[in-house]
Amino acid sequence: MRLLAIETSCDETSAAVIVNGCAVSTEISSQIKIHAEYGGVVPELATREHLRNLSPIVRKALQQAQIESADLDAIAATRGPGLPPALMVGWKAAQSMAYALDVPLMGVNHVQAHLYSPWFTGKPPVADWESFEPNLSLIVSGGHTLLVKVDAPLEHQILGSTQDDAAGECFDKIAKLLGLAYPGGPEVDRLACTGNPAAFTFARPMLNQPNDDFSFSGLKTSVRYFLKKHPELVADNTRLPDLCASAQAAIVDVLVKKTMRAAKRERVQCLTLSGGVACNSELRKQLQSACDKNDFTLRLALPDLCTDNAAMIGLLAETQISGGREFASLEMDFKPRWILGD
Amino acid sequence: MATIISNSPEETLALGESWAEEAQPGWVIGLEGDLGAGKTQLVKGIARGLGITEPVTSPTFTLVSEYECGKSQLPLHHLDFYRLENDEQILTAGLEPYFSPEGITVIEWVNRWTGPLPTYYRHVTITQTGETERRIEYGA
Repeated sequence: MRLLAIETSCDETSAAVIVNGCAVSTEISSQIKIHAEYGGVVPELATREHLRNLSPIVRKALQQAQIESADLDAIAATRGPGLPPALMVGWKAAQSMAYALDVPLMGVNHVQAHLYSPWFTGKPPVADWESFEPNLSLIVSGGHTLLVKVDAPLEHQILGSTQDDAAGECFDKIAKLLGLAYPGGPEVDRLACTGNPAAFTFARPMLNQPNDDFSFSGLKTSVRYFLKKHPELVADNTRLPDLCASAQAAIVDVLVKKTMRAAKRERVQCLTLSGGVACNSELRKQLQSACDKNDFTLRLALPDLCTDNAAMIGLLAETQISGGREFASLEMDFKPRWILGD
Repeated sequence: MATIISNSPEETLALGESWAEEAQPGWVIGLEGDLGAGKTQLVKGIARGLGITEPVTSPTFTLVSEYECGKSQLPLHHLDFYRLENDEQILTAGLEPYFSPEGITVIEWVNRWTGPLPTYYRHVTITQTGETERRIEYGA
């Protein structure tokens, strides 16, 4: 099967060509540089950039794959969740292409693509369902924090999620409180490397509650209050690594402990980690060491697949098509608040 | 202008819950306050008062979260202008229709918007006065 996938749910315009389970070409236009000066994702820019980028990116992906659009068997695109005006660009383009080429369209859930991205391995990425094991999956990004149990490919259920802010949002907002540049998460990670995670103690929200939910809003507030009480720390750049390491430790501690607890309870011995925050080095390290201690397998999504990309959208779409999932009718709208999808 | 002192997140939640009782279609509530002031907490209370059972999560990344009608039959639109700089960006993002909602609109970081506000509007300022204490001032 030859399939073109499009992703425009937030920052990145991306297109990928999938041929028989392999993402033979992936193109991404990173918009981080444009947004850096604004301190966040600015949808006006995002939409404008998606519109400008999409055609050349799709063309480039097809060229790289040495495939003509007339050779495509299907189109796939992110249908949700995401920024409404950004989603609209990719979804409408995909609908138009499917109509013009007279091929079916698959609407993919962006978070579900992250969920399965740890099973896409190699360069170029290939869907590796042969090594699949039932697992517990932690998806952490700027917009999402979810614990999901996966019994079989495409059979999953949400165990818990954030009740307020996502883990990535917490990283970004704490970074802003510390006066760091956007995107704050990677900067906190970088500075934390030379800091002492035990220098300051921040609360571990919901750690001791007997559920699989998360809450990061209170942590942000306690960091803010702490900084207000200790203005001398903010003024002193040399304490920044300690502050970053301590705040990061609180986030990572909650994520790792709640994930391990759920895995033991659900009697799975495989964990997977995906989403933008999966690139956080401390989270990777702590989760790996917890898995080693318990003789669990840890599968990490490839770094290229942790950020938003069309390869994971296309690889999941192809799996869904082979699994007999229904195509999207061309009248269907995009779904900005589509949580995970079945 | 009314001023209320909330001593805990629970009290902020209860305040929001009580506001839901007087809610009418088309009501817009704008919230102002620093990171961690308790804006989302107040929205959680309003949602609970409206009978919305879904968890209310931060719309910072998605800009808008829409919640179906609860027992009050009023849908809730939860907006967040945190990432937006000015009126132009708010308009281009297509968020203007939420100023005249079918149900209720609550907007965090409403101060990014300097244009005209609807007549049926409540402005809320939350100030951090202690670790868990907040001064909540609101008009109309």
